[in-house]
Amino acid sequence: MRFRHLISIEDLSRDDILHILRKAERFEDVARGLKKLKVLEGKILANLFFEPSTRTRMSFETAMKRLGGEVVNMTAQEASSIAKGETLADTVRVISKYVDVIVIRHPLEGSARFASEHSEVPVINAGDGAGQHPTQTLLDLYTIMKECGRIERLKIALMGDLKYSRTVHSLIKALNMFNNEIYLISPEGLRLPEEFLEEVKAEEVNLNDVIEEIDVLYVTRIQKERFPDEEEYRKVAGSYRITAKTLERAKDNLIVMHPLPRVDEIDVDVDKTKHAKYFDQAFYGVPVRMAILHEVLI
Amino acid sequence: MKRELVISKIERGTVIDHINAGKALLVLRILGIGVGSKDTVTLAMNVPSKKMGKKDIVKVANKFIGEEELNKIALIAPKATINLIESYEVKRKFKVKLPDFIEGILRCPNRNCITNSREPVTPKFYIKLKDDVVTAKCYYCNKVIRNVDEFVI
Repeated sequence: MRFRHLISIEDLSRDDILHILRKAERFEDVARGLKKLKVLEGKILANLFFEPSTRTRMSFETAMKRLGGEVVNMTAQEASSIAKGETLADTVRVISKYVDVIVIRHPLEGSARFASEHSEVPVINAGDGAGQHPTQTLLDLYTIMKECGRIERLKIALMGDLKYSRTVHSLIKALNMFNNEIYLISPEGLRLPEEFLEEVKAEEVNLNDVIEEIDVLYVTRIQKERFPDEEEYRKVAGSYRITAKTLERAKDNLIVMHPLPRVDEIDVDVDKTKHAKYFDQAFYGVPVRMAILHEVLI
Repeated sequence: MKRELVISKIERGTVIDHINAGKALLVLRILGIGVGSKDTVTLAMNVPSKKMGKKDIVKVANKFIGEEELNKIALIAPKATINLIESYEVKRKFKVKLPDFIEGILRCPNRNCITNSREPVTPKFYIKLKDDVVTAKCYYCNKVIRNVDEFVI
């Protein structure tokens, strides 16, 4: 076991990351249902979701079941009734006595690290407020490795809401660890916070200037709720729409990624192009989460 | 006749000198000396100083405050010096050393941080000194505090 809990991508070394990605590759056939493997038989995972989630929760559930384990779920609705009377510390203390691993999503930043301090079993962070989402980062890296053949020395553009996106904040640190050239494309009010620019090497650019040379275009949803009015949102959202035409000048092997759900940042006409990898990316969440569960449970 | 401000010597205890001017009350707060405290404390603020222009001094009688405790002062007074006094003599003198990690003392400015919820949790911070400025990074949410003085609990 290289780590007991998985709270932040920064807790992992380069070696740890590569170890997980290689392990995920070995699980891919199992994730596709082509092979059976019951290495986690008799183990139980608890999904503690204090915020709604579809993909993350279901892919953890799938990952656990593909490896022969079982899952108990606490939904956002049940969580809200617990929250009225019980502290997170007590909830985690109790549930960690029932199960072998806890996956948690919670609206407060730092909640997953705090939960790990009160848990008798491994805790995996599935998103803590605007903080960390390390399993998303690992599946993003896995997608890049599978589709580009490597995760280092690539030209990668991150586009959209770079200010609030926890996905971007985790990913950019990992990409920097592997010496990638990072380009940032965002509307004025949604630029990457200064504190990140102090830590990582990245250049703010226009998509048109780099579209011919980039290997990866990672698009995030511009979050409507951050804008003071609908009109402002429309202006910005409209200016960052990727269509098949946008990609005409791109390299043949450029891949377009998105953590999903998308709203209208990527037109559906991109889905049919060879560049679209966001649905594969969503699938890769399963083998990567299998690898993480295997790592903390075996 | 030249008149000088004299702060009386203590027979035994801890003298904290070279505190940045105006920060003595914060130093006491960090050391947990406040309302209800029974310690005999002498405090001088904005005393002329050759090195610092002006400085504050705190003397706590009959108490030897632990080094680890005193090092926390470095958060707001990185140049503070400590004199441990016995029979009016300096028995030991040292400069405070900025700790790498602290528990308590500060609160996280991020309102959405778990440490600002009703959970039973003590805030913890990684401490760094860069270009003479002390910064604290929240152990839980990674928020960086650059104006540490404002967040002393």
